[in-house]
Amino acid sequence: MFDKILIANRGEIACRVIKTARKMGIKTVAIYSDADRNALHVEMADEAVHIGPPPANQSYIVIDKVMEAIKATGAQAVHPGYGFLSENPKFAQSLAAANVTFIGPPVGAIESMGDKITSKKIAQEAGVSTVPGYMGLIEDADEAVKISQQIGYPVMIKASAGGGGKGMRIAWSDEEAREGFQSSKNEAANSFGDDRIFIEKFVTQPRHIEIQVLADAHGNCIYLNERECSIQRRNQKVVEEAPSPFLDESTRKAMGEQSCALAKAVGYASAGTVEFIVDGDRNFYFLEMNTRLQVEHPVTELITGVDLVEQMIRVANGEPLSITQDDVKINGWAIENRLYAEDPYRNFLPSIGRLTRYRPPAEEATETAVVRNDTGVFEGGEISMYYDPMIAKLCTWAPTRADAIEEMRIALDRFELEGIGHNLPFLAAVMDHPKFTSGDITTAFIAEEYPDGFQGVELNEAELRRIAASAAAMNRVAEIRRTKISGRMDNHERRVGDNWVVSLQGEKFAVSVAADANGSTVTFEDGASLRVEGDWTPGMMLADMTVDGAPLVMKVGKITGGFRIRNRGADLKVHVRSPRQSELALHMIEKLPPDTSKMLLCPMPGLIVKVDVEVGQEVQEGQALCTVEAMKMENILRAERKGVVSKINAAAGDSLAVDDIIMEFE
Amino acid sequence: MKDILQELEDRRGMARLGGGQKRIDAQHSKGKLTARERIELLLDEGSFEEFDMFVAHRCTDFGMENQRPAGDGVVTGWGTINGRMVYVFSQDFTVLGGSVSATHAQKICKIMDMAVENGAPVIGLNDSGGARIQEGVDSLAGYGEVFKRNIQASGVVPQISVIMGPCAGGAVYSPAMTDFIFMVKDSSYMFVTGPDVVKTVTNEVVTAEELGGASTHTKKSSVADGAFENEVEALSEVRRLVDFLPLNNRDKAPVRPFFDEPGRVEASLDTLVPDNPNTPYDMKELITKLADEGDFYEIQEEFAKNIITGFVRLEGQTVGVVANQPMVLAGCLDIDSARKAARFVRFCDAFEIPLLTLIDVPGFLPGKSQEYDGIIKHGAKLLFAYGEATVPKVTVITRKAYGGAYVVMSSKHLRGDFNYAWPTAEIAVMGAKGATEIIHRADLGDSDKIAQHTADYEDRFANPFVAAERGFVDEVIQPRSTRKRVARAFASLRNKKAQNPWKKHDNIPL
Repeated sequence: MFDKILIANRGEIACRVIKTARKMGIKTVAIYSDADRNALHVEMADEAVHIGPPPANQSYIVIDKVMEAIKATGAQAVHPGYGFLSENPKFAQSLAAANVTFIGPPVGAIESMGDKITSKKIAQEAGVSTVPGYMGLIEDADEAVKISQQIGYPVMIKASAGGGGKGMRIAWSDEEAREGFQSSKNEAANSFGDDRIFIEKFVTQPRHIEIQVLADAHGNCIYLNERECSIQRRNQKVVEEAPSPFLDESTRKAMGEQSCALAKAVGYASAGTVEFIVDGDRNFYFLEMNTRLQVEHPVTELITGVDLVEQMIRVANGEPLSITQDDVKINGWAIENRLYAEDPYRNFLPSIGRLTRYRPPAEEATETAVVRNDTGVFEGGEISMYYDPMIAKLCTWAPTRADAIEEMRIALDRFELEGIGHNLPFLAAVMDHPKFTSGDITTAFIAEEYPDGFQGVELNEAELRRIAASAAAMNRVAEIRRTKISGRMDNHERRVGDNWVVSLQGEKFAVSVAADANGSTVTFEDGASLRVEGDWTPGMMLADMTVDGAPLVMKVGKITGGFRIRNRGADLKVHVRSPRQSELALHMIEKLPPDTSKMLLCPMPGLIVKVDVEVGQEVQEGQALCTVEAMKMENILRAERKGVVSKINAAAGDSLAVDDIIMEFE
Repeated sequence: MKDILQELEDRRGMARLGGGQKRIDAQHSKGKLTARERIELLLDEGSFEEFDMFVAHRCTDFGMENQRPAGDGVVTGWGTINGRMVYVFSQDFTVLGGSVSATHAQKICKIMDMAVENGAPVIGLNDSGGARIQEGVDSLAGYGEVFKRNIQASGVVPQISVIMGPCAGGAVYSPAMTDFIFMVKDSSYMFVTGPDVVKTVTNEVVTAEELGGASTHTKKSSVADGAFENEVEALSEVRRLVDFLPLNNRDKAPVRPFFDEPGRVEASLDTLVPDNPNTPYDMKELITKLADEGDFYEIQEEFAKNIITGFVRLEGQTVGVVANQPMVLAGCLDIDSARKAARFVRFCDAFEIPLLTLIDVPGFLPGKSQEYDGIIKHGAKLLFAYGEATVPKVTVITRKAYGGAYVVMSSKHLRGDFNYAWPTAEIAVMGAKGATEIIHRADLGDSDKIAQHTADYEDRFANPFVAAERGFVDEVIQPRSTRKRVARAFASLRNKKAQNPWKKHDNIPL
């Protein structure tokens, strides 16, 4: 076995590999750029080598620099993680030339699977199901109809030079095929000056399901079942699970066996992933093969009990696989949620900055539940602009899918993350979405269910009551503490009442709180009562409560007259008032937030570089209004609609915060 | 007997109705509460004891003799906030527009006198159309009496003003002399001369809101210390502030039970100061991570943001915090920030509230406008305030402490009790680049040499150890253990006794 390996990566995956290497008694070498000087993977590794400035193309993906680090530290093998150099055949070749083992597949496999057309051809030859289609030139509409009939409807008619949906038609019948061919051709000619058209099967209700394979250098290959990764946003995976709620045993077997056939066809030896697109009738078609460890590999590990990184290292060391296909079982259900530094309320705009608070839920593993969090960050660390915005991969496992989802909901509630915008509330919303919980998902889930972006979650009355009861009980604790201040008038102390009115999400609940040594019984006006228990004290940012025995974990902040409570993707202002306060509060005028539709707001903290318009000027939709420099990038802000500029509040050189008003329109 | 008791109740009922239901409804429709409702929200439930409910004015001019409402437009008395005594007056806009008559003023004076005698804060809820014109000079005399008591009470008991409606003309000067002024957004304004007069005199057209609304006074003029969304929130926040304040100048800062570990380690503070000395960071993160339960009551949040002032608790006891904010103007001192901090420091010193100073200051803001407007005298206010303060003073230098600004900010030389520095501290006359260009003027043409000299200067002075060698810094501490070190420092200073020489009063450069 190797004595020392270098991890040619950063972030969570570098940390992940280090963990397994350490378990196996292998020393580790980290590499780091200037931006990662204080990074977690540097701290965790036995040695660390600085390899250059922050941009990856000057550090992590510069083969020479990585080779130097290998030479300097005497590492015998390199784990590339994912991304960066992981699928770069030149890197694998350089390693081979230097007599250093690449913990990954042979160069040939990387090369042949790295090319879309070649890989599809090899897959077809290996008997792998591919999307039926006709790649040749199509002469006229008649031929298009004939081909469409051969493929079977529905079909997608596409411009060869196409992109962005232009020159693309879906046809469900001969007429539509005829019509679609003509309009695609015209559009393609106009848009791209190239009217070549091809036709392929249109996959309805597509799901992204992939097979994990593991092969050794001795000709053994097994599949470790599938992962479903249909919850994606713009091709970026967000939620993954294993197994898929959709596959049946025969489909799984067919997909697994075809994947192994492909792996064998290219002489694969390592962990790899064969991605498929699966339609509503469980027809599956090959997409591509990833010749590396996938981001979402933990869900496979959780249901199979196989440490994929360990297997990769052993295979690279020339060992034959110690497990056979029969050993591979599906044990329970695992879900992964990817936490991104992207603000879901701002159309998932990347957010960078300091993690002022980062407290993931405790990792645990019992018979009935596992919580695993793969991360490369720490409280006080920085999310930089240079790399992938992924903060952590939170995984849960339980015997059933429903339990795994429930574990995930609580783990998300417990995950404390402050200082940057992040997608925790969005993930919580997905975990509660009926289509997700029923497993009725496609790759269009996010686009279809959140067509106008994410606006937060509205809780139902039962959920609101649980929070209201907890808030009333918590408020009582805080108010009683306030009465214990020094300097009180003896015998005239304040008595904290039992009756409170809790208002949240536009609802109001009059409650009465009866506290005892173990908690509080909170009774509502209609006579229903909830038992609240938990050891929350003022200042705690996480309230770990139970309501009628069921866990309720809330992030708690202080606002005037109450709490800010975040739970299950909802972000609530919860006011707890005495009945009299509540009565008088009715006179307060609800101040509507200013109408921002006629304003240009600064979308990110940044510096105004240039203002392109003047007061009184009429602007057209799409016209450039000003330029904001943020994250060292110049962002041009454009008019959303036609209008006349009525006021400009910022000038070049001003540094603005998020939501500062740059200009207003009439 | 029963009839007599009934008459009392009837009279009380009349008095409580103030200006009548119609006016009360009008007040409510503007999102405003009545004088008595406000008191209910300010004080502990059922704790209000009223004075002078039946006082009526004595004016007989302009038909006023026919209009003598009980209470005369102001409700006064005392009650408790979380069991601690406070005096309160609350002007009643529904009664003669809350206008100030001689008797109205007398009622206010009565509770102010009692507050000073009994050592309890005075809270004024202002909602008044101004002087009662029918009374003429009697009304002005009334104001004068109130002003005098504001001055007498200053530094004896905390005085808090909440502006909940109009406050114009001479009336503004009573709140102006209190310790804190809070406003309610969109429904309160303060100015010496209103929009009409402004238009007549200067031809300037301006709305009341622009001239003296909450935004103007919290962001531009710094007259107000804070503004709140509505009256319910404003009164709730005043209760919260009172929990931080001692009742009078002989009292210690209050203590209440706390749910936070004094020795709590915050590892993330080790990375608060960025590697690049010119990169800003948010000093509020340090404040909230030091404070008990992360609770920080900021004063003048919207004004001179390059310095932060406010109250926290350490081990349950109130501490005043002054901190440079590197996020704004690099945290430098200028006229506004020096004035803001000086006033806060003097409040804390007057009321025995210990002071915590967090320093990252690159110096004073240079420039013509600063010099023309008198940065010398304004900067001296802060220097003076720190120098004369005898309360416990603990200081942490997180990064830059350059030049005169270093001395000003609660340095050892100004009787700082504990002066800590983080390892990232740089205590020097100025930044390395500037210093090098002066010391090595001859080498200015040679960029290599200058770079070398700069590096040498950085090695020598861009650290806390030169100051530590001289004892100007008592100890260099780990950022992560700052809360523990600071809390222990204050604990050790609980019996501190320091005095200034006898004087009638000092002559701070106003």
